[in-house]
Amino acid sequence: MFEANTLAVVFVSLMGLSILLYAVLDGFDLGVGILLPLEQKDDSDTMIASIGPFWDANETWLVLAVGLLLIAFPAAHSYIFKELYIPTAVLLISLVLRGVAFDFRAKAAFSHKPTWNRVFKMGSLLAAMSQGYMLGMYIMGFESTLAAYSFSLLSAFGVAAAYSYIGACWLIMKTEGALQIQAVNWAKKTSLICFVGIIGVSVVNPIINPDVYAKWFMWPNAIYMLALPFICFSLFVYSYIQLTRLPAVEDKGCWKPFMAAVMIFLLCFFGLGFSFFPYIVPGKLTIWESASAPESLSFILWGAILVVPVIFSYTAYSYRVFWGKVQELRYH
Amino acid sequence: MLETLMLSRIQFAANISFHILFPTITIALSWFLFYFKFRYDKTKDPVWMRAYRFWVKIFALTFAIGVVSGITMSFQFGTNWPKFMETVGNIAGPLLGYEVLTAFFLEAGFLGIMLFGINRVSPRIHTLSTFIVAVGTSLSAFWILALNSWMQTPQGHEMRDGVAFPISWLEIIFNPSFPYRLTHMLIASGLTAAFLVAGISAYRLLKGDNKQAPKLTLKISLTVAMLLTPLQIFVGDLHGLNTLEHQPQKIAAMESVWHTEKNVPFLIFAIPDEANKTNHFEIGLPGMASFVLTHDFNGEVKGLNEFEGNHPPVAPVFYAFRIMVGIGLLMLAISWFSRIKIARKQSLPPWLLKALVAMSFSGWIATLAGWYVTEIGRQPWLVNGILTIKDAATDIAPENVGFTLVMYLILYAVLLVAYLHTIFTMAGRAIEIEEISDEERIKPIVTPAPVNLNKEKQHV
Repeated sequence: MFEANTLAVVFVSLMGLSILLYAVLDGFDLGVGILLPLEQKDDSDTMIASIGPFWDANETWLVLAVGLLLIAFPAAHSYIFKELYIPTAVLLISLVLRGVAFDFRAKAAFSHKPTWNRVFKMGSLLAAMSQGYMLGMYIMGFESTLAAYSFSLLSAFGVAAAYSYIGACWLIMKTEGALQIQAVNWAKKTSLICFVGIIGVSVVNPIINPDVYAKWFMWPNAIYMLALPFICFSLFVYSYIQLTRLPAVEDKGCWKPFMAAVMIFLLCFFGLGFSFFPYIVPGKLTIWESASAPESLSFILWGAILVVPVIFSYTAYSYRVFWGKVQELRYH
Repeated sequence: MLETLMLSRIQFAANISFHILFPTITIALSWFLFYFKFRYDKTKDPVWMRAYRFWVKIFALTFAIGVVSGITMSFQFGTNWPKFMETVGNIAGPLLGYEVLTAFFLEAGFLGIMLFGINRVSPRIHTLSTFIVAVGTSLSAFWILALNSWMQTPQGHEMRDGVAFPISWLEIIFNPSFPYRLTHMLIASGLTAAFLVAGISAYRLLKGDNKQAPKLTLKISLTVAMLLTPLQIFVGDLHGLNTLEHQPQKIAAMESVWHTEKNVPFLIFAIPDEANKTNHFEIGLPGMASFVLTHDFNGEVKGLNEFEGNHPPVAPVFYAFRIMVGIGLLMLAISWFSRIKIARKQSLPPWLLKALVAMSFSGWIATLAGWYVTEIGRQPWLVNGILTIKDAATDIAPENVGFTLVMYLILYAVLLVAYLHTIFTMAGRAIEIEEISDEERIKPIVTPAPVNLNKEKQHV
């Protein structure tokens, strides 16, 4: 049996970990969907083949993240998703459309393939944008003001750009030839948009949330917390320099932009987490106020301690099996 | 204008009805696939690989729709039924959590290798991945049915200030209706998949397919159906007796017994009249309901009068039960008749193949009807004796729920049409362009129509 307050922290960390994994993993495959060049048929096939074996498992992190919110902090789950009822519905419908388009494009009558490709691209874009919108509303404390809506809309584009960026970096690793060169260009452009977006959120967040401001600029926190934006900036510069060197002989360093993107995601996520902790609904509900009964959380935690390492190992195994450049995706 | 409660109920019913169609197929289809792959590894006969290849594509499509339609569920608990988690979240949460941790990740993690990894891993690892996916889908059924059964027959908890707290997880998971409901659902899945495999195989044969694979899968699926139908009827009966013990009002509604009486007939048809508490146009088998439920023709069956204001709406439960039983009996008849015919004559006449094609999705209707019996039969309770549907509902504006409901309904209609169309397209494509050697051919049952081989040659 674990102690109640500890459990709340453990579960919010677990949830954070799954959101982060979701953002990185489904981030790159949503990004690949957003970038899908509809008129280049073969490249579309290659791009989708690069995410084929993974997207399903990637989306499971979302189910886990939302599941953990539901299980561990039910009051917060109701609060957040009631506020975000319509964007949530848009997200779900986009994810459904995108997921089924993945299979239908290869299996339905061939004359329908371009339509399903379009559905795949639109579904990916809408899913990313609705997530961005939800993030924006969350940061703005679910206010119904014009400022909140505008910010959330910007955040929607920001997240779509971030996913495209990590998606393009993924493609640089997994493809070769002309498509790889195209991916490098995509990565350069989207990294710039993404950079601007991150600056936007970092400026707005402390301005509108006094608690967040206090946290970031309070002495002595400020010293090491302000290192965060600095590292983030360096990573962008590093990633851009690497991008200008690609494609390289023998594909040297093709994985570097992706690693940089993952690090950027990690830092941004950490920054956001730091801003709001211990609140789970900004300014309204803390993790301790909304946590479920300790006997229930303990019961899941024991399971998680046993199962999560196993999940990590077979996920890693699956990535290893499909390591390297994409081959044509065929059902055997 | 409908109010939020009713709209939320319709939306949840639509979501869960649509969702369950796909897992119902994949839970058992994954075991079929494992069997095909296992036999291939043992015999190296290419026909098993052909069967595997064809059905794994249908599995992938079905699985994908199941996954994405399932994600909507995990959001709706909070959006539309906030009091559900607030009241019984301490019980429901961990069960759902274990489903995600032990089942969803397992199946999704190995699905990639199962679908795309055959040339990248050893045959043994590939067969093992197929096996693990099958285990994952069944585990998922285990957890979700544990939760659903707990909502029907809750135990192992205590109520403190209106909130349920767990006392014994073993009692919670293995609550009284769980073993019966789980078995009933797993067999239902087996029958749904068996009739799908039989129906699509029959379709291919009807369209002039001259390959061994559809003939083989037809035979296997009919064998499975022949064995499972009687078993399902037996398990269904046990499930009914269990319901009689724990939720007698549901049984009273299923049989439309308005007043407690002895020597109750089993009604083959009737029109329940809720207002006057009676049935019209009854056609019944005298004493049969008493016999089935109490194993005595003169046994007493409790009527709805004993559960005044605390029983489900009668007509939907009554009709759904008859649809389920009717399809079950039809399945029994057609599977035995066809399988015996195959054993004697080695093939089936076209009319019987057509009948099997017509039955391809009969499992869906029976499964849905069965779920309607048990879920509507639980009304007015969401969690039996603990929380009513009314008390669990959200206070979101009805326009918002109405909007999302319409979006979901359109989406589901489109997907259902696309799914059915695609399955038959895939079956047609398998006939046209799969290249096989001569020894894999069979004598076609009907002469194939001339096909245009030039179109759509790639991507089998």
